[in-house]
Amino acid sequence: MQLDDLYQEIILDHYKSPRNFRQIPDDEAMVDEENPTCGDHIKLIAAVEDGVLSDVKIQCEGCAICTASSSMMTEKMIGLKVAEVRGWIRDFTEMMRGGPDLPEEDLDDLMALRGVKKYPLRIKCATMAWHALEDALKQLGA
Amino acid sequence: MAHTRHTGKPALDPARVRSEFPVLSRFVRDGKPLVYLDNAATSQKPALVIEALDEYYRHYNANVHRAIHHLAEEATTRYEEARTVIGSFIGAENPREVIFTRGTTESINLVAHAWGRKYVGADDEIMLSEMEHHSNMIPWQLLAKATGSRLVYIPVLENGELDLDAYRERLSSRTRLVALTQMSNVLGTINPVADMIRDAHRAGARVLVDGAQSVPHMPVDVKALDCDFLAFSGHKMCGPTGIGILYAKEELLETMDPFHGGGEMISKVSWHEATWADLPHKFEAGTPNIADAIGLAAAVGYLSSLGMDDIHRAEQALTAYALEALRTIEGLRIYGDAANRGGAISFVMEGIHPHDISHFVDQDGVAVRAGHMCCQPMMKKFGHPAMTRASLYLYNTRDDVDRLVEALERVKGFFNRAT
Repeated sequence: MQLDDLYQEIILDHYKSPRNFRQIPDDEAMVDEENPTCGDHIKLIAAVEDGVLSDVKIQCEGCAICTASSSMMTEKMIGLKVAEVRGWIRDFTEMMRGGPDLPEEDLDDLMALRGVKKYPLRIKCATMAWHALEDALKQLGA
Repeated sequence: MAHTRHTGKPALDPARVRSEFPVLSRFVRDGKPLVYLDNAATSQKPALVIEALDEYYRHYNANVHRAIHHLAEEATTRYEEARTVIGSFIGAENPREVIFTRGTTESINLVAHAWGRKYVGADDEIMLSEMEHHSNMIPWQLLAKATGSRLVYIPVLENGELDLDAYRERLSSRTRLVALTQMSNVLGTINPVADMIRDAHRAGARVLVDGAQSVPHMPVDVKALDCDFLAFSGHKMCGPTGIGILYAKEELLETMDPFHGGGEMISKVSWHEATWADLPHKFEAGTPNIADAIGLAAAVGYLSSLGMDDIHRAEQALTAYALEALRTIEGLRIYGDAANRGGAISFVMEGIHPHDISHFVDQDGVAVRAGHMCCQPMMKKFGHPAMTRASLYLYNTRDDVDRLVEALERVKGFFNRAT
């Protein structure tokens, strides 16, 4: 079977077993965002300790790209300094919008999402979690 | 299967029909022949519609109803002829009852403003069905907020049909308007609007029919239905974008206030007041969309030449074929099982998001829609924030359906692999 260039094994893996996901009650969610065009829905909470993003939890009802991007983001971002996280959010969303590719060795699993930029209608799916994390950081005043 | 009518008129020949739509011979996604199944969103255009637009701009582009010169005369004649042709198509013999708008959405907003603000009061009710498109819901929400009136809903049953008992129970002397789709863009359900209109009139309510999905696909006759308003769009029926129709009974249009103010819609203007032009121009402020009105008349001429009965019959047969074929896919569930239904087929597949489905089948050249299809509350009611929809039109074939089914099997194969 010919594999789609966007849907690689690793995306399917994160879609089926997303990391750092759990049910988040409405009153606990720091960010609650819905993409009105497709119904993708993300709730997110984050915690910062001593300038480091110590935890992120996500509840996502969305497509494989949205779910995988959320899951990969949590794996990559937890444990980084807030300033580094901000840099990642900027560079990753920029890359999705057609900006420069981040180095392969930095991206790890996120490499699989580089194909998204070829599909303008899917970019929102891949960047939704990242914008949600950005909102959460703002709320934390971090 | 296409039928041969007693008149001896040849049945719809999909191969010939296809050859008249230039875009259908296109290849997409690295050489895949296009299978276009997003017709409920917008239809493709036959060459003669594209040529009618081209001819207008090349040969007789001029503003209408004003200047006294050769081109203006031609443009005005063709624009008003378009109104007559489109009116006849829906059984409106009086062109004064046919208003050009930008589309269904604007037509409904026109009624909500020009009729609703005048005739709907604080104790009144506006009745909608739960399967209405946002375009036949939000204008009434806005009207209800502005007037203090209340929205009352006709429930959708599990099989996709309306709960007609609830409808009759909820109709009352407070019901000022029933705004109702003739065919659901999600469930495909064809509602028994003629009966429902009779019930509404008995209760003293007016009825607006949203014909966006029905007028392109089946014969619709405003006199037989006795609807008070009918709204539909050109672009879903082989016509251009940006043009649509509001049909309304003349007696209603006469008493309604204008919607937009400006040129064209006036009779006499002084510093502080004005009187309105006669129908239909009272509701067509500013320079109208001349080219697209003429393009829509060309589309209507094309559909009429094939025959709406034949188009409907062929689509019914293809819909039955598609429903059967889709049901062979394990884990796929179709929403909308009404006895009388059209070719908009929405479904979900276990464990696979509609976005991913539509992306995958697109890689095979198959265009479908994924999302809430502008029916968010109903989708929530059915427990799915999004679905996938394949919607058929006169140029679709069994081969198109087979290509969709193959593509869906491929999606399933990918997502159901053990990881």
